[in-house]
Amino acid sequence: MRLTEEQIYRYSRHILLPEVGGVGQEKLLRAKVFCVGVGGLGSPVALYLAAAGLGTLGIADSDQVDISNLQRQVLHYTDDIGKPKTHSAREKLQKLNPDVNVIVYKDLITMDNIRELVKEYDIVIDGSDNFPTRYLLNDACYFEKKTLISGALFQFEGQLSVFKTHKGGACYRCLYPEIPPKGMVPTCEEAGILGAVAGTIGTMQAVETLKEVLDIGEPLVDKLLTMNALSMSFNTVKITKDPECHLCGENPTILSIEEYKEHSCDIED
Amino acid sequence: MENNKVNAQIDITKEICPMTFVKTKLKLETMSSGQVLEVTLREGEPLINVPRSVEQEGHKVLDIHREEGDVFKILIERC
Repeated sequence: MRLTEEQIYRYSRHILLPEVGGVGQEKLLRAKVFCVGVGGLGSPVALYLAAAGLGTLGIADSDQVDISNLQRQVLHYTDDIGKPKTHSAREKLQKLNPDVNVIVYKDLITMDNIRELVKEYDIVIDGSDNFPTRYLLNDACYFEKKTLISGALFQFEGQLSVFKTHKGGACYRCLYPEIPPKGMVPTCEEAGILGAVAGTIGTMQAVETLKEVLDIGEPLVDKLLTMNALSMSFNTVKITKDPECHLCGENPTILSIEEYKEHSCDIED
Repeated sequence: MENNKVNAQIDITKEICPMTFVKTKLKLETMSSGQVLEVTLREGEPLINVPRSVEQEGHKVLDIHREEGDVFKILIERC
């Protein structure tokens, strides 16, 4: 692949970086990333990845744009209310950068289709708004040996981590072994969220994704970054791989993808 | 510097910063270590910035000389 004259101009600020260059930009153009959810987290993720010239961007979301989304889900505009989020997102992303091949999945992600979807991509980004999807993605990434870039939000707080279980790292279940009981963790609808906090965490997910594709710097693997926007403080704690983990531990009990019935109990929307 | 074998050439006299360095850098990426690139560029910003940026990325500037008027030629050895 050789960059076209237009691409040299479009990506000149990447090419200037010693860590990127033309070689790195070509890596980005060849990369395939799957972003699950194009809401509060997925909007900035998809926008920055598309702007960066990430060649193939899969986006999955089964929701339609609602007026209450617009306070934080910056891919969607007032005119989009009622449209499938995937279509609204694709429209913006293609306008932003025609180099990017945007593939949309507007059906629900389930135990039956998740592995097939994940298999097509190099990296998976969790921008979902519910625990069943989060566990489904973690388990599918484990079985398909994919890197998972995870983000979550609650009011003024956010968290971020990268799971590379196939490289011997911890998985999401090492951190949170089981789905919390329904109703224990309030949803965005119940708890509220400062829109820009979603933008901050989503943007950091995009940064980790780009680092991963370019193979530069230190990924946030086996570490959990937490942010409190009210005090604007960031903290990083180590995640230890759990030898007892039901999925990636020494004696796993989860041997294939399972369905997680509980839904709508997450902290992000 | 007649004794330096030139392996590739690029003319960036029509470019403005930072595209001058972007084009030079992309050309260097296509070359192998030890090869020499001859860059034709203009006096002023390009002549100040390109050699500096090239050296920051670890390459060696072997020679800078005026070709004619405000046009210069520089020789870079790829790291």
